[in-house]
Amino acid sequence: MTDPAPSTVTAPSLLIGCAAGFSGDRTDVAAAVVDTLIARLGPIAPATGSDPTAPPALPRAFLIFETLAERTLALAQLRRRADPEAGYEPLLDLMLRPVLARCLAHGVGIVSNFGAANPRAAARHILRLARELDLPAPRIAVLEGDDLSAPGFRDLLRERIGATLDDLRIVSANAYIGAEPIAAALRAGAQIVVCGRVADPSLTVGPAMAHFGWAADDWEKLGRATMAGHLLECGAQVCGGYFADPGFKDVPGLDQVGFPIAEIDAEGRCTIGKSEGTGGFVNEATVKEQLLYEVHDPAAYLTPDVVADIAEASVSVVGADRVALAGVRGHARPTHYKVNVCHEGGWLAEGEISYAGARAEGRARLAADVLRERLPALDLRVDLIGAVSILADDTGRMLAATPDAGVRDVRLRVAATHHDRAVAETLGREVTALYTCGPAGGGGVRCSLTPRLNTISCLVPRDAVPVGFEMIREAA
Amino acid sequence: MNTIDPDGADIVVPLYRAAHGRTGDKGDRSNISVIAWHADLWPLLVEQITPEAVATQFRHRAPSRVQRFVMPTLQAMNFVLDAVLDGGVNDARNLDTHGKSLSFLLLDMPLRVPTALRHRLVGPDAG
Repeated sequence: MTDPAPSTVTAPSLLIGCAAGFSGDRTDVAAAVVDTLIARLGPIAPATGSDPTAPPALPRAFLIFETLAERTLALAQLRRRADPEAGYEPLLDLMLRPVLARCLAHGVGIVSNFGAANPRAAARHILRLARELDLPAPRIAVLEGDDLSAPGFRDLLRERIGATLDDLRIVSANAYIGAEPIAAALRAGAQIVVCGRVADPSLTVGPAMAHFGWAADDWEKLGRATMAGHLLECGAQVCGGYFADPGFKDVPGLDQVGFPIAEIDAEGRCTIGKSEGTGGFVNEATVKEQLLYEVHDPAAYLTPDVVADIAEASVSVVGADRVALAGVRGHARPTHYKVNVCHEGGWLAEGEISYAGARAEGRARLAADVLRERLPALDLRVDLIGAVSILADDTGRMLAATPDAGVRDVRLRVAATHHDRAVAETLGREVTALYTCGPAGGGGVRCSLTPRLNTISCLVPRDAVPVGFEMIREAA
Repeated sequence: MNTIDPDGADIVVPLYRAAHGRTGDKGDRSNISVIAWHADLWPLLVEQITPEAVATQFRHRAPSRVQRFVMPTLQAMNFVLDAVLDGGVNDARNLDTHGKSLSFLLLDMPLRVPTALRHRLVGPDAG
């Protein structure tokens, strides 16, 4: 309803494909996305009157990888502590190796937050990979400014969080920065932009800003492109991934599910499609589910770039596996960046043991009672996997309200946290002791002890967080 | 769960036969979409799947607040439930710390459907 009519003099639309929706996504999906991008781009125009002093052309299309969830970055920071050359996406090589040569040859730019806690080391890895593949060194930019873990930012964080900060062992502190430095890096000639913590949709908004020359306060266009980025950022989730429910929501070819490609026009409007020759589908239902994913107030989807507004958005099928998004608006961006501070949170102890056959549930419940008696120092979460677990609650309300239903195949799981490792360890010992001291027929004990990371969020004024990019040219 | 209403005019079905949805999380807050499978079913969702009804369905998780955002152009509602993730992905002791499975708890809610709209429902009648 608010979309302008297509203008008569339009810049060519922009294609952006997404080949990862989280750290740990499939690494064999990018090839089909890149092949589809290249097929739709057509041949590269031959260079005419090549002027060595002319600025390099912008990429013709983009491939993005979104690999940073809320806790991924803190884990990356821990890896960097252990090894100064680590701390970026561990699957980086597997993700890029199959497609790097074709992207560079066909003018497909790459933008990703796979730099995680160490974007420079990620850039060095890409340069090594290019050398290994006999490719000319790509122009790589790394984004700067998101990492607020240095001591120089401690006063700023204390001002926003309070004195409790002093009692915490900080692992990471990162601002969700936006699309502007990505766009600036692309305008400066970057073929690959390696980011740490940027807002997920900014991976799409940055290329669109550079491609169409949008101003950083063109809220309507930024709002539309942000929702295009939002649809892309979880990869297959808009193409039939995370959707199937046999008998109700059947999805063909889920084992080869496709990844999304957005076509964005000069006004920021998008049509979502998917990589050719893959499974899954893109339809109204898949797009609506992803459009609302991790959205709170639909009229105010906050990013560092814009406040996007989908309160009156609509979707329509415009072709096979092609869905257009309309009615998205944009409002002035927030004055502050969101910052996530991750800190050490003690230990998570977990233990499991199985009971099967007649009265299995009763024996599992008895084992849980034994553990509660034996572990008074721990606040135990109890799951009866197979009877009542996933939908239940840490306080045990649902378990207490669920009578023994005589389930014959139950895995008892108990979990607790404690700041003192020695106390946390007692959980595993007591679960293990159920072998000889617990109810009859318990088997398959598995125990683990994991360091926990907790998160606090705060808002910091934008001008307190200088952002930018640096071109990485040197080989490792 | 399909039962015939005493007056014979309505049937009661699980919500998943009339709507689909997905859960997202940020911190200790969960959002769950409820999207109508058909325009004819949309008014039933708005009328019956109220914030109060959803709060009751999630009472064991003790939400501190349940907000509902209604989007007629998408024929979808977005429910935002505060403090239902036992602390969220970094704090909860649950196996599903993100609360990814919670859409299936919401979609298990009962929905009263006029018999005349039965043909709009998704899935087998016994489902």
